[in-house]
Amino acid sequence: MAYKTVVEDDIDVLVVGGGLGGSGAAWEARFWGQDKKIIVAEKANIDRSGAVAQGLYAINCYMGTRWGENNPEDHVRYARIDLMGLVREDLLFDMARHVDSTVHQFEDWGLPIMKNPETGAYLREGRWQIMIHGESYKPIVAEAAKKSADKIYNRICVTHLLMDDAKDNRIAGAVGVNVRTGDYHVFKSKTVIVAAGGASNIFKPRSVGEGAGRTWYAPWSSGSAYGLMIDAGAKMTQMENRIVLARFKDGYGPVGAYFLHLKTYTQNGLGEEYESNWFPSLQKMVGKEYLDPELSHLTHRPIPTCLRNHALISEVNAGRGPIHMVTMHAFQDPHLEEVGWENFLGMTIGQAVLWAATDVDPKNENPELTTSEPYVMGSHATGAGGWASGPEDVSPPEYFWGYNRMMTIDGLFGAGDAVGGTPHAFSSGSFTEGRLAAKAACKYVDDGKADGIVVSEEQIENRKIEIYKPLERYKKYRNEIVAGTVSPSYIHPKQGLDRLQKLMDEYCGGVTVSYMTNEKLLNIGLKKLKIMEEDLECLAAKDLHELLRAWELKHRHRTAECVTQHTLFRKETRWPGYYYRGDAMKVDDENWHVLTVSRRDPATGEYTMEKAPCYHLVDGDEEEPGAKKAAKV
Amino acid sequence: MPTFVYMTRCDGCGHCVDICPSDIMHIDPKYRRAYNIEPDMCWECYSCVKACPQFAIDVRGYADFAPLGHSVRVRREEEKGTIAWKVKFRDGTEKEFLSPITTKPWGTCIPELAEVPGPDKEMRDSQLLYSEPKYIRMDEDGLHTLQSNGLTMKKGVYY
Repeated sequence: MAYKTVVEDDIDVLVVGGGLGGSGAAWEARFWGQDKKIIVAEKANIDRSGAVAQGLYAINCYMGTRWGENNPEDHVRYARIDLMGLVREDLLFDMARHVDSTVHQFEDWGLPIMKNPETGAYLREGRWQIMIHGESYKPIVAEAAKKSADKIYNRICVTHLLMDDAKDNRIAGAVGVNVRTGDYHVFKSKTVIVAAGGASNIFKPRSVGEGAGRTWYAPWSSGSAYGLMIDAGAKMTQMENRIVLARFKDGYGPVGAYFLHLKTYTQNGLGEEYESNWFPSLQKMVGKEYLDPELSHLTHRPIPTCLRNHALISEVNAGRGPIHMVTMHAFQDPHLEEVGWENFLGMTIGQAVLWAATDVDPKNENPELTTSEPYVMGSHATGAGGWASGPEDVSPPEYFWGYNRMMTIDGLFGAGDAVGGTPHAFSSGSFTEGRLAAKAACKYVDDGKADGIVVSEEQIENRKIEIYKPLERYKKYRNEIVAGTVSPSYIHPKQGLDRLQKLMDEYCGGVTVSYMTNEKLLNIGLKKLKIMEEDLECLAAKDLHELLRAWELKHRHRTAECVTQHTLFRKETRWPGYYYRGDAMKVDDENWHVLTVSRRDPATGEYTMEKAPCYHLVDGDEEEPGAKKAAKV
Repeated sequence: MPTFVYMTRCDGCGHCVDICPSDIMHIDPKYRRAYNIEPDMCWECYSCVKACPQFAIDVRGYADFAPLGHSVRVRREEEKGTIAWKVKFRDGTEKEFLSPITTKPWGTCIPELAEVPGPDKEMRDSQLLYSEPKYIRMDEDGLHTLQSNGLTMKKGVYY
């Protein structure tokens, strides 16, 4: 093999993935480790990488305690009800009490945040959201990471974590491949903060051609946060909690600003309000604790996102589609019209292109909505991810093992999508989690926990052989056939991705089965995933770009397997509208008011499933935001 | 909408190749110009369009749902701190938008954390992050804790 091996040694903090979480980690690590060696390995170019690459028009997680708006516990309650009771409240509280300091720094750095002209406070889109001109959100945040890190390695696809050969269950770095030069990169590090992305494209998308790229979550979010950690033997939590998004049809343009700021609303194909018609039957499924429209009306407690999806899906299945977003009233106001368009141009340009292509002007026509294929991630209205320790002063014993945001592998930390049970962190919360993980990682090093790490040459060499295998496979069998992509000896990554998407769709509750699955289907799915894993050993890559796709597919496959295992384990329908267990169509609090935790044994590939207790922050009054209460006293 | 590159405008500089988050803008070996090698992995994020000094890259809506005859053009200017958009519909209607992208001269207002006074032991042992507690509320108040907010953590179903 002609490719070089490039070794970066003696790293203190290695950040894998330079999105919002990774940028926060790299930035903050420099403060706690002013003389430490901080390295970022990024799959693309940090200036435009991660889910925020094309920008954002809102910061969806900001407390505003400064303006007397909300306290951290208010946000915990919001995320808890939205996720049907099951979240890591210690991690959420911790993120929420720090997130405002992150946002205030962003403003200092030049991020344009819109202001309320009367009060001077940030302009609210909703209770948690503030509006920004965020086209350059990512480049601005990347500047901060670049200032702090010793070096940013762009275009490195990190494929595996390195484990300590001296002490069991301790991290020792990571390896990957430079997708431009082909060089093999070895990062020997005392700590690793996994800030890679969640997973798009593991379920069959609604689009059938080029439009497959117009995923809701970025197509480059390849589930590497999960693939890397699961393969290393880290425990995972709430992986069954995939998300389905109700969005503008085909372009998947965001609806948050439309609902919250522009006050647009939905109706069925007959022009009727439909949502509330589904609530009585839905309440029988989930119980009054989770769906109480009267209480929601009185207290502004939100109706969980999944339940609103359920109403949309049910209405369409009842033959009263399509569902429309009623924009024609709001868009008569030129200012609101401008906000509506800039919202797309700032974060989902494709939706603007689609409306231009189809002559949909929302001023004259109400656009269609649809529900997306499922996605697996941990920072939106969903909480899949790694099982992480919480902060010392908040977490109960089951949630605390020494270092904040440390996984069940010593020295392995996470941020953003990598951390499970922490929905509604969004961009600002992910950055904040990166900061928390960085502080803890520096402390871990200072406490001497990383002393005496040994990485054998054998481990490094074995990973190298494994990484380049798809290139070798192609070279070996390419001339067995005349031309084309059909070979009896290999499959290309795209062919593998199609297989993964089809089987996840059909067996694990995708869009073509209206998000329905059951124990039998899931077991067939697992069997097919196992066989697919054998075929992944026969993946072929004709060049370095395909090698990147091959490793993305492997991470997606591992993520999908873990999702299926978790979905099988949780014998209830906790989130109707995200997915349904046809053989257990109710919320079952008696048995399943718990967090699911899995571990895949790296040696055998066997999963062990367990239930972890769900702890709740308790205080009396939910009716008034805490900050306002405090201000009155 | 997947990107494409106009043959007569591209000079093969590679800015798009350098920035593409999906690794799909590559240089064609024969023509020495850039093109999109994998349109169904294109998020139409416009990172390459914004980065192209020749304005050689444009977007044509995904063939499986977007008809021809539209355009969404953009000009991002870091020095001015603005981004300008022109949306042209299939029926010829045009809309224009202009937004700020930053409020400060590029990259000048981010402190060098290697050079600020480092944390003392008390801060290291606390739950505070850099710039806290000040930056949480922009006043001298401390960090929220369970105790300060009158909260407890309780195991179980009911809150």
